[in-house]
Formats: sequence, structure tokens, C-alpha cells
Amino acid sequence: MTQLPAQGRRDNVSLRRRAWDIRRNSLLMGEVQGQGYIGQALGIADVLAVSYFHAMTYRAEDPEWEGRDRFCLSIGHYAIALYAALIEAGILPDSEIETYGMDDSRMPMSGMASYTPGMEITGGSLGQGLGIAVGMAMGLKRKSNPAFVYNLMSDGELGEGSTWEAVMSAVQHKLDNLITIVDFNDQQADGKTTDALCVGDIGSKWAAFGWFVQTVDGNYIDAVVAAFDAARNHAGPQPRAIICNTKMCKGVPFLETREITHFVRVEADEWAAALDHLETEKPA
Amino acid sequence: MIGAHSRRSSKYTPRKAQAQTDGLTTSAMIASLDAEGRDTITAPFGNALIELAKTRDDIVGLSADLAKYTDMHVFANAYPDRFYQMGMAEQLLISAAAGLAREGFTPFATTYAVFAARRAYDFICMAIAEENLPVKIVCALPGLTTGYGPSHQATEDIAIFRGMPNLTIIDPCDGVEIEQATHAIAATPDPTYMRLLRGKVPNVLGEYGYKFELGKAKVLRGGNDVLFISSGFMTMRTLDAATALQKDGIDCAVLHCPTIKPLDIETIATEAAKTGRLVVTAENHSVVGGLGEAVGAALMRRGVFVPFRQIGLPDEFLDAGALPTLHDQYGISVSAITAQVKTWMK
Repeated sequence: MTQLPAQGRRDNVSLRRRAWDIRRNSLLMGEVQGQGYIGQALGIADVLAVSYFHAMTYRAEDPEWEGRDRFCLSIGHYAIALYAALIEAGILPDSEIETYGMDDSRMPMSGMASYTPGMEITGGSLGQGLGIAVGMAMGLKRKSNPAFVYNLMSDGELGEGSTWEAVMSAVQHKLDNLITIVDFNDQQADGKTTDALCVGDIGSKWAAFGWFVQTVDGNYIDAVVAAFDAARNHAGPQPRAIICNTKMCKGVPFLETREITHFVRVEADEWAAALDHLETEKPA
Repeated sequence: MIGAHSRRSSKYTPRKAQAQTDGLTTSAMIASLDAEGRDTITAPFGNALIELAKTRDDIVGLSADLAKYTDMHVFANAYPDRFYQMGMAEQLLISAAAGLAREGFTPFATTYAVFAARRAYDFICMAIAEENLPVKIVCALPGLTTGYGPSHQATEDIAIFRGMPNLTIIDPCDGVEIEQATHAIAATPDPTYMRLLRGKVPNVLGEYGYKFELGKAKVLRGGNDVLFISSGFMTMRTLDAATALQKDGIDCAVLHCPTIKPLDIETIATEAAKTGRLVVTAENHSVVGGLGEAVGAALMRRGVFVPFRQIGLPDEFLDAGALPTLHDQYGISVSAITAQVKTWMK
């Protein structure tokens, strides 16, 4: 556990509670706009909790600190989830929750580096993040900087050829400081990812290219912690991939059981209902 | 019949290439631009990069399997630990360059102009230009500098890139300017696209005491009848055409405009406003979306209404063949330029 306590924030809080707070922050932002990629945010909250409150080294008061681990959000539309984590980490103030997606906000609907402290890259044009992360990992090695580059990407991005260019390159350049997280929720804009451009057994594909690969239940925090630890501590020269199987809308049962789509529709009165439900499952 | 636009029908009869006798009929992809009797400078880009690297640790080079054909190989030989071979993967080339720039480096990334402009566009746009990162994209085979056919002829690269905010675009004339411009673009933090002539590159501007300045167009030669506004190796051609036209009593000025974006509108408007001259833009690029249209629009916006003509490549997929033949055929050789100007000046 190498993270520094976020300045002025709670310490000694469980990862379950961090994930719960990330879900709550996401729902509050979704309520502001009456929309948002809430399905993805709820699904990835546990992975972000482990990233920001177990695995990563950073300084909340200095988001550009040279020694920080870099976190690249390739999937720009997951910004709502990352803002929720950055708020929980104390990098963004929670007073800005109500500005989400508004004019002049530092939290636009799609994540962009120039808008938001802690947002390392501009994602959104899918299939770019891993290649940028490759370049950052090469740059860190040039500087003999021991930080890791984390890249959060989606299963849909496996359809982009540029992803596989980067997959090969990370092995070629022995980027053992690169950890990519693939959120496998089997949803993309037009439906199931596996119905659109199925990559088959994702883990074995990455392993065949030479990556150190783990596949875990991305909503089971103990498993995610173990996978991040193994990825960081792996002794080989390989780049590391963690395939996280996640459930869209995890934590809000009436949304989990709704017909799941890429952009989950939430009625105006349902945001409060979702928050009410979350309150009943608040961890200590 | 589907695809009925075929250039070579079943009734094809081979034509006798006029240039056959002087051995220039090759359509080889990597042939250097013919120096036409001038001195040459070897690998001006690669050698300038080596000079830069001596004092700047932040300079790194990348290529997508075209180091040898962009003169990046001389840098790679001099600084093997500062060169990244990214393989035949242009999207990765650009993304990785962006990542290196994020970590404080100044990456020079090379490929052919067609692959940067056509294949890697979205990556240059979002990973580099939108982020305003100091990546320098330096590309060989600009415009019609290969007879290899449309797969390698970047006839619309400038049109593609002009619409990209934040991106500086340079179209240097010769070896002197490539060397100077490499230093100049390394000295700014701006994302930059530069067209490249490689190998033994003609020395054209040496005799003019020329000094490249980013964003500046420069008068290389005065004249009262025609004002050429040209970029890239077309300035070599307009200088030669000006000499040739002198014999016909047509007095031509040459304004060399290597920075396509941001365009030196002040100098262009001032020169074009001098009365009594036909303004002729000349570019190694499609007449759509390049220097000519940029100049034309700038003059209109400034209220400078003057007789205006464009020399450039037609809005077509060009033929394969030998460069001298193609330059004549498409109107960008010295003789083709002089013929067009004489027609306009009748």
C-alpha cells in the first residue's frame, strides 16, 4: 500500500466504502444532468476504488507530481466514474459535483486532459489510450522514473486495430511499467460486444502476444486487489493486463435487471431511488 | 461495368517515354528529387536532428518502419538509444509520440506523408493537436515526389492538415531550408507537420543568403509583371521559371512561403497589393485546399482583389510513371510553368 493519504480527507476507510462513495458520486452527477454513462460508472467503481485507494501512488494536492502513477482513461465516456474517483481521492473538490457537464465545468461529459486535474489524457476517440500509455511508459523508462502507467480501456476498444498495434509494441519494448485494465461488460453502442466483433477468449489473445494476463471478477474487491498486487509485483519484463469482468449498473438492483444497454436510460425520479437504495447498503 | 474509370483500357498502347534517354524513367518510390545540376546536401533532416540532440536530451526519434526512407536512420545510427522503431503501425507511432511528449520529450516522428495524413489523422488530431503537445511529424514523399502512384503520392496532405487546429504546417524548399526548419520547429512547443525531401537534397536557397523563419514568407526575387507565391520544391521551379521568362520579357518576382499555417498574411497581402502584377501561386499539392486556396482566401478577406492564378496538381488520382514525365503532364515542371504563365500574360 503505497498511496499517500489524501490531504484533509478520511483515512483508514475500507475499499468497499470507497467504491460505495464512487457509486454515490456518480449517481449524484448523473442526477445533475439527468443522464450519463451510469451503467459503466457503477460497473467500474470497484476497480477504481482499488486503483486509487490501494494500488496507485499520487499526491492529491499535486496531481502533476512527477513521481505519481499515471492513470490514462482511454474510454472518455467513463469520465463520470473517474471524476467520482478523483473527488473521492481529494484531487477534485466534491463541491464541483453539481457542475458536472455544465458550461465552464472542469468535468465535461467526455474526459479531456486540458479540463480536469488528474485526467492524464484525452480519451473518447476509442483505441487511442493504450498507444499513448505505451509512449508514456517508454518516457518513464527514459527518465528512470519507477512509476506505473495504468490504462483503463473497454472491451469495445478491442475492435480497434490500433489497440493491437499497441499490444504488440508494449511487449516489443518490454514495458513492465504498463498495466492495462480491460473492462469487460460486453456492451458497446449497438449492443453486445461479442455480437459485434467478438475477440473470443480475450485473456488468451493478450497472453499469446506476450502479456502477463489475469482475468478477474471486477466487482469482487478482494480479487481485484490481488490482481493489481500481482500485476505490480510480477517479476517478468512483460506488460500487464487485467481483464475485469464487470456488471453494468452494479449496486443498483433495479437498474442491474433492466434491459442493459450501452447508454442506460434512467427516469427523472429514479436517480433519487437509486441513491436511496445505495444508502441501504452503505458499508461501515 | 463496375469501376469503369480504369486508366488503362484493353485498347492500351504503350507510349514512348520522352525521358527514357536520360535514364529518369524509373517510378521508384525512394528516388531523391532530381537536383537538376545543383549542389546537394545529404540527409539535411537527419543531420540537423543529430546536431539538435547534442545539446538537447529531450529530442527523441521514432519511425514506423521508414527510418531509412526519411533520413531518420542517420539519427538512429548516431543515437541508437534515443530512437524508437515502432514498426509498421502509424497509429501507434503517433500515439506513442504523444505519450513521450506528455513525459517531457520532444519527439520527431517520421513516416510517409500519405500514411500520416490519411491513416493516422485521428491520432494526430486528438492525441497531439488537441492536447497541443510538442510532437514534430516529419514526412517524406510530399505531393508528387514519387511515381509510385496514389498509394504513395500525398497530393492532399496539406488540405487534410490545414483544418486541424493548433497544427503548424511547413513545406520547405530545399536542403538548406530543411536543416534550418528542423532547428526552428524544435525551438517551439507547437505540434508541427513538416514535409520532407530526403537523400541528396538540392541546395537552392544557399545563394540567396536565405534564413528560414517560422511563419514568415520571404521575397527571393523582385519582378514587375508576375508575383509567384510558392512553397516546397515549387520555389525551386518558380525561380527557374522566372529566369526562363525573363528571356521572354516577363519580369517575375518570387515570394517563398514555406509556412503554410500559420500563413504570413501580412507579407502576402503587402506583396500582392503592389499594383500591376499577376499573382500566381505554385504548389506541389492538389489545387484543392493547399497554399493556393489559402492565399486566395486570405487576399479576399483582406480586400486585395488582384488577377489570380493557381499552379498545382489537378484534383485527380495521379498516374504512376517517371517523375519528370509526371511533372510535365501535371503542369509543375519549369517548362510547364513557363508555358502557363506565357498563356496568362498574352
